[in-house]
Amino acid sequence: MTSPLGKLPDAVIRLAVVVVILVAGVFAALSALPPELKRSDLQRAAAVEVVSSLDVKYAGATACFDCHDDQYTERNQGYHRNVSCETCHGPAKEHTLNPADIKPPAPRDRQFCPTCHAYNASRPRGFPQINPVTHNPLKACIVCHRPHDPKPPTVPSECTACHGEIERTKAVSPHALLECTTCHVTPEQHRVTPRTVRPSKPVAREFCGQCHGTASKVPGPPKIDLATHGEKYLCWQCHYSHMPEVHYE
Amino acid sequence: MNRRLFLRRLGSLLLSLGGPLALLRRPAAASVEGGKGGGTPFYGMGVDIDKCIGCAKCMDACKIENDVPPEPFFFRTWVERYIVQRDSNVTVTSIGTATNPSTDVVAEKEILRSFFVPKLCNQCANPPCVQVCPVGATFQTEDGVVLVDDKRCIGCCYCIQACPYGARYLHPERKTADKCTFCYHRISKGLLPACVEVCPTQARVFGDVNSLVSPLARLKRMNKIHVLKAHLNTEPKVYYANLDGEVK
Repeated sequence: MTSPLGKLPDAVIRLAVVVVILVAGVFAALSALPPELKRSDLQRAAAVEVVSSLDVKYAGATACFDCHDDQYTERNQGYHRNVSCETCHGPAKEHTLNPADIKPPAPRDRQFCPTCHAYNASRPRGFPQINPVTHNPLKACIVCHRPHDPKPPTVPSECTACHGEIERTKAVSPHALLECTTCHVTPEQHRVTPRTVRPSKPVAREFCGQCHGTASKVPGPPKIDLATHGEKYLCWQCHYSHMPEVHYE
Repeated sequence: MNRRLFLRRLGSLLLSLGGPLALLRRPAAASVEGGKGGGTPFYGMGVDIDKCIGCAKCMDACKIENDVPPEPFFFRTWVERYIVQRDSNVTVTSIGTATNPSTDVVAEKEILRSFFVPKLCNQCANPPCVQVCPVGATFQTEDGVVLVDDKRCIGCCYCIQACPYGARYLHPERKTADKCTFCYHRISKGLLPACVEVCPTQARVFGDVNSLVSPLARLKRMNKIHVLKAHLNTEPKVYYANLDGEVK
């Protein structure tokens, strides 16, 4: 009895050997590959590992409070209570690792604070803003305002203590230099019972006309003819008096 | 065995198998939905437009924290300034970084209303960038953050094209796609993303989408919320409060 292989031509046997070697080689290569190259879940776990082991540069405010508890207490009582330390002082992870040699900067020049507090028409109304050109020119901000507790430099004048949003809106408007009492007669009792005794508001167009009417002798404010301007409406139905929009003509 | 008997036995077998299986599956499903109490969080961000002052601190912090190239056209997060003009034209500009501010483009008397819109990768729950990646280099982690494996990325830019929010860019040195990771290296250590950390007005808040008590949960409870391009079904996880209809 002859071997069944004996009937096959030599060429086929040689080809079969080559095929077997190739297949075995592929399997050997596959089993030799590290598992991360074959399984996408392991690949992703490795990628997640790489991404999550990157260096942190901002330490986070709680890290600062471990040592700087005085500044923490002061900041927590003022308007900057929600501003993170590193918002102004920059990334400080290095400083937490080597506090003696690496010091985060403390910005002191006049260019810094207007990053947030310069007037910009897109900023939310009521956010404290100044015009850097007219607001105490050339004086460093920190001369009057403590950055960790930025109260206005004097005791708030009587109206702004409660009506800060109106004051800050008015401060960047053409009416910036008008006292509140120019338009509102305010009884002393308003300070004691603010909701029951209220300041007056202008009631007639002629009130605004004292400055803005064509007959007015006050130089500067834009003038209109009370008889023809604005039909039946009162001035403040179109113009918000604390930020009168039409001041360009 | 006749057909009726066979069907009856088959039915009872399926019922007896199905009951315990259903019981086994329920706790697993509940833990995915709950996402708290030790479960994997599902991260999202909230942005309150009415609080953003456009100070660009977030953009600067992001560049520092994540080694984003300094040129003013590579960003993982950026802030757009919308100006709706009286003639109802809308101007959108990207504000510069604090060190490189942009200049005013519209005279103030032309402005009807104006506001800032911080933008970043929306970390979509149904991300189009992941679908198009031909090599599986971009993927979504269990906690809902879309990451790029830059060892796998071949720099083909399909994902950059596919992102409807323009949140990706090609890193000029690595030649791989790069994008916001919610500062994955920070949140995995319990820190806040750098932009949230430095935001001086809390315009940005960060947290677990499924958490019941968190700044993000509060933002979503107390405001009317919108997401960007909701019609594309990407299920973005950056939630905007007080978003204007002009923002596309």
